[in-house]
Amino acid sequence: MTSTDKLIQMAIAVALFFAVTGAILLLTTRLRSRSGERVQAAAFIAPSLLLIAIGLLYPALRTIYQSFFGSSYEPLVGADGANFVGLDNYRRIFTSEDLLQVLQNTAIWVVLTPILATGFGLIYAVLVDRTRFEKFAKALIFLPMAISLVGASIIWKFVYDYKASEQGQLGVLNGLLKAVGLDTYRFLLTEPWNTFFLIVIIVWVQAGFAMTILSAAIKAIPDDIVEAAKLDGVNGLKLFRYITVPSIRPSLIVVLTTISITTLKVFDIVRTATGGQFGTSVLAYEFYVQSFRSFDFGLGAALATLIFILVLPIVVYNIRQMRRLEAR
Amino acid sequence: MRNIRTRKGIATIAVVAMSGLGLAACADDSGDGGTNEAGGTAPGAGQEECAQLEQFGDLTGREVSVYTSIIAPEDAVHKESYKVFEECTGATVAYEGSSEFEAQLVVRVQGGNAPDVAYIPQPGLLQTLVRDTGSVVEGPNPVSDNVDEFWGEDWKAYGTVDDTFYAAPLGANVKSFVWYSPKMFEKNGWEIPETWDDMIALSDEIADSGTKPWCAGIESGDATGWPTTDWLEDAVLRDAGPEVYDQWVNHEIPFDDPAIVESLDRVGGILKNPDYVNGGIGDVKSIATTSFQEGGMPILDDKCAMHRQASFYAAQWPEGTDVSENGDVFAFYLPTTSDEFGNPVLGGGEFVAAFSDEPEVQAFQTYLSSDIWANEKAKAGTGWVSANKGLDIANLRSPVDQLSAEILQDPDAVFRFDASDQMPGAVGAGSFWTGMTDWITGADTESTLSKIEGTWPS
Repeated sequence: MTSTDKLIQMAIAVALFFAVTGAILLLTTRLRSRSGERVQAAAFIAPSLLLIAIGLLYPALRTIYQSFFGSSYEPLVGADGANFVGLDNYRRIFTSEDLLQVLQNTAIWVVLTPILATGFGLIYAVLVDRTRFEKFAKALIFLPMAISLVGASIIWKFVYDYKASEQGQLGVLNGLLKAVGLDTYRFLLTEPWNTFFLIVIIVWVQAGFAMTILSAAIKAIPDDIVEAAKLDGVNGLKLFRYITVPSIRPSLIVVLTTISITTLKVFDIVRTATGGQFGTSVLAYEFYVQSFRSFDFGLGAALATLIFILVLPIVVYNIRQMRRLEAR
Repeated sequence: MRNIRTRKGIATIAVVAMSGLGLAACADDSGDGGTNEAGGTAPGAGQEECAQLEQFGDLTGREVSVYTSIIAPEDAVHKESYKVFEECTGATVAYEGSSEFEAQLVVRVQGGNAPDVAYIPQPGLLQTLVRDTGSVVEGPNPVSDNVDEFWGEDWKAYGTVDDTFYAAPLGANVKSFVWYSPKMFEKNGWEIPETWDDMIALSDEIADSGTKPWCAGIESGDATGWPTTDWLEDAVLRDAGPEVYDQWVNHEIPFDDPAIVESLDRVGGILKNPDYVNGGIGDVKSIATTSFQEGGMPILDDKCAMHRQASFYAAQWPEGTDVSENGDVFAFYLPTTSDEFGNPVLGGGEFVAAFSDEPEVQAFQTYLSSDIWANEKAKAGTGWVSANKGLDIANLRSPVDQLSAEILQDPDAVFRFDASDQMPGAVGAGSFWTGMTDWITGADTESTLSKIEGTWPS
């Protein structure tokens, strides 16, 4: 397929989109009555609902269905009853030593990443707020956001590179260690600390995101509150503790939950930096390995379903907070 | 391991299936192994190199879609080698390479979006596709005949599933190679070892001189560990012989059979010996975090003397490195441990599986399995060999390719395909890799092997 073909296809798709929207508009604008509005609304929602059903709902149900079967791919119609394993895949996740380690790592990621990234972002936002070099400082910490997680992992892989002390060093960190006369360290190999060194990568990327949102929230705190507090003699840390944090609480929660969701899905860093070796695998990566390396579609689907179950409450909470934020 | 690991990070082209453009004009269903033809006279009729392709008739305007794991820059040479086919038949070849080939192929086949032809680097994956999807089309007669003529039984068996022949071999690589620096060897008066014991004696001599004799790297992203599986396979093939090797691959003996334990300990005698490794890089554990591409580089700085890695490692040396018998680097055959089993050769290769029986697809399969293609491909560029006996070694341009072809065509050679590529994915592309990595970082031989045994799908 040439790029001309692709462009033509794209043009057709765009034209189709306009045609459908136009048709809906044409058909529904005439309805003016109360019930007509409902029809109008339904006509606009229907295409999205249909796409969500095809692109989201069906795959989700299909995955959950597969998670009750053995390793081979199970068609919806004419399923092989002998392949049905019930909850065995889930049992495996919670009993196999390797998969338990995966769960433990995922827990460490999900607990540490949001706290560290949000913490750094918040402190940074407060520190640079209204200083002379604010714009420059913000740009500096925001830059990693522009790098993909794979790119970031490759960069950090070089930073963590290990060579024995007597050899020439490639990695910055080990170069520093050697310069101050210490032994070089295996950042990516030494369990359990390697997981923490991987978390540093995502914190490096996500802190900028946290900083941006929180900085905007801090700027939105009404000046009169801050002034009143200052008149009452509240300063420094206390101002931060009693005024800043409570005022930006909804934004804080949104940032925390958004980063939690990103972390549960983290795949790129583990795959790029260690390939899940040395006890660093996480759920999202293990799901990929089981499905597309080992071709154990049952276990892969069970892992995907587990991620879904874990993400769900955070998503619900997140949406509620966002609504509250919007309502203000 | 999974084919040539030159992950150069070229973006995957969007997946668009060319599902049988131009239906066969008179594609009669001719049953098992038969061929289909399109009628008319082939554009290249009468020319010598087109002799085999004439039977398929005029295929002008038809297209064959090829899906492979071979990506830039190696793909250019492949496309170049299809010219004769296109001239002979009038059909064109749409080539698509992807670094996510193994995962994507299964998804595409199951989604009803299979390519016409796929180059499959693992017999295990071919078996999965044949048994689980039933979409692979039986190899047509001319292809089967070519394989009988140019490859022989060993190779044909790897393209056969449940007594039906499906896929002809394409390229091959030799894994039983030890890379070394001829200049460094000459300067120090070291000789290329003829037996494993000689090799150990040489290693001791080098270690005594203050240089660590071996260097290695097994880091390879999500496939980390595969170079160690090659080490073990080479050792099993030498210690226990091809029969035990086959039993081990097919799980007729347990993965942690005493013979395998012995062989892994033999490998450990080199890879886990702190006096031997890891030249120019660090200690034993540093093997696990050194990328396989970097693993042999210390040889260039005289910091390491030997590096066991496949023929395709030739592509890793920096530009300007003289890769030849008297140059900066070259390879020798990993010596045997006894005379009992001839010259075992561990290797890999790709197989051509078809998902369509249109005449242009069958013509393309026939072309790829012929000696004509093998020689065309050899002339097109370096870094490629085939076990095709019709391949004229003189057509190969690089000394390493020539050495590989000599080893593959040697009548005393006992060729065995990479074991991890034949085992079920859960082991061969899963626990075997991770197990060998854990073994390097400290796990002991018995528990490593028995843990892998435990993951074998029932």
